[in-house]
Amino acid sequence: MTDHLLEVRNLSVDFDTVRGPVHAVRDVSWHLDRGECLAILGESGSGKSVSASAIMNLIDCPPGRIVSGEILFEGRDLLRASNEERRRLNGKRIAMIFQDPLSHLNPVYTVGAQIAEIMTAHGTAKAQARARTLELMNRVGIPEADDKIDAYPHQFSGGQRQRLMIAMALAMKPDILIADEPTTALDVTVQAQILALLEELQAETGMGLLLITHDLGVVAEIADRVVVMNGGRIVETGDAEQVYHNPTHPYTQKLIGAVPGTGEMATPLTATKPLLEVRNFGKDFGGFAALDQASFELFAGETVAIVGESGSGKSTLAKCLLRLIEPTTGEALYDGRDLVTMGDRDLYRMRRDIQMVFQDPTQSLNPRMTVGQIIGEAFAIHPDILAKDKRPARIRELLERVGLEADHIHRHPHQFSGGQRQRIAIARALALEPKILVCDEAVSALDVSIQAQVIALLEEIQNDLGLSYLFIAHDLPLVRDFAHRVIVMKDGRIVEQGPVRQIFDAPHEEYTRNLLASSLHPDPKVQAERRAARQEVTA
Amino acid sequence: MRAFLGKRALASLISLLGLIILVFFLSRLTGDPTSLYLPLDASLEARENFREINGLNDPLLVQFGRYMADLAVLDFGDSIRRSEPALDVVLRAFVWTLQLAAITMTLVTVAAIVIGSLAAFHVGGLFDRIATFFSLIGASAPDFWIAIVAIVTISLNVAFIPTSGTGTVWHWILPVGVLFIRPFGLILQVVRSSMITTLGAAYVKTARAKGVKNKSVIFVHALRNALLPVITVIGDQAAALLNGAVVVETIFGFPGVGKLMIDSILQRDFTVVLAAIFVTAIAIFVMNLIIDILYAVLDPRIRY
Repeated sequence: MTDHLLEVRNLSVDFDTVRGPVHAVRDVSWHLDRGECLAILGESGSGKSVSASAIMNLIDCPPGRIVSGEILFEGRDLLRASNEERRRLNGKRIAMIFQDPLSHLNPVYTVGAQIAEIMTAHGTAKAQARARTLELMNRVGIPEADDKIDAYPHQFSGGQRQRLMIAMALAMKPDILIADEPTTALDVTVQAQILALLEELQAETGMGLLLITHDLGVVAEIADRVVVMNGGRIVETGDAEQVYHNPTHPYTQKLIGAVPGTGEMATPLTATKPLLEVRNFGKDFGGFAALDQASFELFAGETVAIVGESGSGKSTLAKCLLRLIEPTTGEALYDGRDLVTMGDRDLYRMRRDIQMVFQDPTQSLNPRMTVGQIIGEAFAIHPDILAKDKRPARIRELLERVGLEADHIHRHPHQFSGGQRQRIAIARALALEPKILVCDEAVSALDVSIQAQVIALLEEIQNDLGLSYLFIAHDLPLVRDFAHRVIVMKDGRIVEQGPVRQIFDAPHEEYTRNLLASSLHPDPKVQAERRAARQEVTA
Repeated sequence: MRAFLGKRALASLISLLGLIILVFFLSRLTGDPTSLYLPLDASLEARENFREINGLNDPLLVQFGRYMADLAVLDFGDSIRRSEPALDVVLRAFVWTLQLAAITMTLVTVAAIVIGSLAAFHVGGLFDRIATFFSLIGASAPDFWIAIVAIVTISLNVAFIPTSGTGTVWHWILPVGVLFIRPFGLILQVVRSSMITTLGAAYVKTARAKGVKNKSVIFVHALRNALLPVITVIGDQAAALLNGAVVVETIFGFPGVGKLMIDSILQRDFTVVLAAIFVTAIAIFVMNLIIDILYAVLDPRIRY
């Protein structure tokens, strides 16, 4: 008989698809005890969320099928319990929070009603549930909870929504909290706050915390033990610190090796004449200054990173530069000419020199076009670049340039992985032989190991072609390894800019320091030290 | 909200005006009422007299000017056929149509939402297949055919269900039943597909993780989110019924506004035609407004 609070034994789950069964997880075993935090670490498609879904009875059968295994909660096999029995456990004994709190909260009900519902669903009286809801909202740090209890999810910020989800999950004082990528959609500073809250609440209640994540930094911050998954199997299990410092499985080694933030920082270029000079850029949206007095320069062959939290104006800046939206004030001198006042004809010329790679390659590539058509469209719009008969050969060359195969030309985007799609997007941008590439969170949607590959590709292209990058990102370790210079933005303004070394080693501004401090280091030891330092400050 | 209502009212007024102008002149194309109302051998003098009384002698534009001037004080003129104010005739018929539409749409809404939601909960299951099968038949069967078949098969065999007319509760069975079928099939399809989307939404997953009962997951969490496209179609179908279910009302001899309209056109009773169009247009405007308000009630993110 087992002593563990929760134990998954030899769990295998298949999903039936038109192409036959997919083995989502195979022979997975792990356990969780009271008061500890276990992290399941893996990249997309590794099956890291499947066992949690099986615990919560959230796998739709069909197409899902639990092939074998047991899930023992306090020694009882959940897979043999009736749906009604499992419903009574859900939310009461085992609760769960999810990645994207906006879509996981029902948009048409007040947050108060949704938090209270988890209690009334398990038999608490309505009035009592409302009182406890208020208490919980205060506990997770929602200001003016008395008023906010009757507000709707869209009236809260991303971080507050996750706090509300946590309040909801903890309402019945569960023995286990499952957190599925709880901070992935949040800004770094907010992520730090949410993780701190989770740690605090865990210490307070002694619940077991099961954390599902792709982020080694999150593991370092909060997990005691870690289970590493790849391709539906567990490749490594152990103490978080030990796994980070002495990974035994090649996959874990590769994963840890791919984490950015530990490489050599670039030295700034010595060029004197800027390729692009932006002065006093501003954009007003009906009285709201999304961008305010932004000035900076970009040199040939240089990577300038723009970092900042969501809503800081990073993307607005990029869109104004490409004139996808019109800036309200300011000028942008490219090659001595102002992009902002340029006429249509010049703008058409300019677009060729400044290209953009977007965040989500699934949405930015037309699903009905072949890769050849997607890349070839660039030539159709700017026919003077290349004679028609030479285009197919050039497209094949471009595909090979970005690490794909020439034969991929006839395939459609859905036949590629996320990383490959982003390579297609880069090939499309390169087709026009641009001088500047604006990458708007171009690697944010990719897994760490894929991210590293795409960054390596971008570096290689820069070395070969002398391209300049305007690299918009929220991931500071990534920027640290990749950029020559860094611009830090907040509330539409540039708060600080300088060489990457200066920004990361000696930031002038409090805001930058705070941003850097919130960024998580993948080494559990480093995070433990930082945590201790933080606690000293608060004490 | 007030600005929104004002804008809506103004836009509707303009289109109503256009409609009146169009119908006023087009209805004249059906011919001169004189030859319809007076006997074939009526004297020229009598004809002249009839025209004079009904104001048909003036040039069309003068007639139109007079009509609009009267309309400004909500005087719709008298019915030639019935010799009473056209508006009274229309309102009397409209009350019948309103009842018919209200009863039918209430039944349709309740049935389509309940059955559609349950079908969506187990997509591909037996219940879903049966519901989808019948809704497809319902949505595509022509109502004049169903009406006639219903008379032949039901009212000729069941003594207490009359073939036409009004008077008892039993008189409502066939018109309501026949009018029910098409919107029911259509709305059920919309409910089903909309519910399939919302049942797959992330917040439904949250509800299940909270331990909420299936009944609440379906009818509290998923349904309210699924209703927006549904009420659009409900509004559309209700508007069609308010306009008067011309065919069904005629077949069952139901004294609604649809039957009145078709009769008045055939009888060249222009004032009644125009009044009927005016009244139904206002009703449809009000109903669209209710739909818009319902959007905002159902979804707190929608504000006007």
